[in-house]
Amino acid sequence: MNLTIDVTNKEHKSVVSLSGEIDAFTAPKLKEELLPLTKEEGKTVEVDLNNVNYMDSTGLGVFISALKSTKEHDSELKLVHMQERVHRLFKITGLTEIMNIDSTVQGGI
Amino acid sequence: MSTLKLDLENYKELLKEYIRTKDEQALYQAEQFSKHSMQHNISPEEIINIHVQSLQEIYPEMPADIQASMNFLLETMISYGLAYQEHQALREKQLELKSELSVAANMQKTLLSTNKPDFNGIDIGAISVPAKQMNGDYHHFVQDQEGSLGIGIADVIGKGVPAALCMSMIKYSMDSFPHKRMDPSVILESLNRVVERNVDSSMFITMFYGLYNPQDHKFYYSSAGHEPGYYYHHEQGEFSEMDAPGLVLGVTKDAEYPQKEKLVEPGDMIIMLTDGVTECRQGDRFIEPEEVLEIIKEYMHLPAQEMVEQVYKHFEKLQDFQLRDDFTLVVLRRDV
Repeated sequence: MNLTIDVTNKEHKSVVSLSGEIDAFTAPKLKEELLPLTKEEGKTVEVDLNNVNYMDSTGLGVFISALKSTKEHDSELKLVHMQERVHRLFKITGLTEIMNIDSTVQGGI
Repeated sequence: MSTLKLDLENYKELLKEYIRTKDEQALYQAEQFSKHSMQHNISPEEIINIHVQSLQEIYPEMPADIQASMNFLLETMISYGLAYQEHQALREKQLELKSELSVAANMQKTLLSTNKPDFNGIDIGAISVPAKQMNGDYHHFVQDQEGSLGIGIADVIGKGVPAALCMSMIKYSMDSFPHKRMDPSVILESLNRVVERNVDSSMFITMFYGLYNPQDHKFYYSSAGHEPGYYYHHEQGEFSEMDAPGLVLGVTKDAEYPQKEKLVEPGDMIIMLTDGVTECRQGDRFIEPEEVLEIIKEYMHLPAQEMVEQVYKHFEKLQDFQLRDDFTLVVLRRDV
């Protein structure tokens, strides 16, 4: 399974639309695309996870790195349209408490 | 030199034979010849050289231009020869690394080994199997000075060597904590500081820590973003999730880990696991948490160690004997 990464750049905002699976094979590619975006001061990086149905802990690692990077560079990370299965992972790991995650979970809880 | 000469003779005969008959058999022999040459580290340009020499012997009248073109070909093959040599060197290097990695894996096993204690009144089962050579899961038993039993189960994000090295660090920090009383919330808070300070930003660790007090049969636990465990109530015959809020280790300095407790009745069971168990897949399908519990229930009548082994075997088979992730399962059961 692959991961497709589409980046749309607006003035102060980048929208990263993901589609596929985030695992040990695809995570490095995601990290490579996502991290530079978080290094621009004042920027909002919105990650759309509507079409991501599987993510493992390697994927979490990428988002944790991105979060740390936004704190260093004064930018913002937002995760939207998260599927229930992926949301569970963020919830278990306590990351829902410290990350900006759109509360309207796909598939509903 | 004599073997090469022999080969030259051999090559010349084969070539002659093929030019005369255009027979497949000669082509097959040519293939054998090249295989044999590779075994003896003969480079592509040497083969061309042999070809040129054979041609000269077969056709002494060969036009000078054709001969010159052969030298041209010879020159162009030299890079291929070098690439081939490099390939050979890499192959050797790869074998070397492979054996070094297996030494490291063995060393890790020794470093991280934990003894499943004999604990009066509690039946303990534990299994941990890596998906690759090195294990990124970890479990650990320790008895404190008040006679309580501490159990830690952890999963480091990422797999392979970096994950394994990270686990060794966790183990040695835990060993250096005072053994007086190991409150789960205190242990996780200290470990969080160690990981936050020392580990790369994209690496993190999830951990569940429990402490069983045999005097009052209470089980205290905290979780650092770890896959929730399960609690089996013997009397009701029911499972419930054993969840405690807490952030994964290593994200922020000042994370806190609230501690929960449970009174363990005779026959009750505490099940701790890693996501290698709950994220099992059958083909493209994820298994549901209920399925894990059903399988546990199926083997519950066995002693704890046999039980975890049977559950592992079940999921190993389900995934065609190819684990996608490290698999760790620890069970404690209070004797009836």
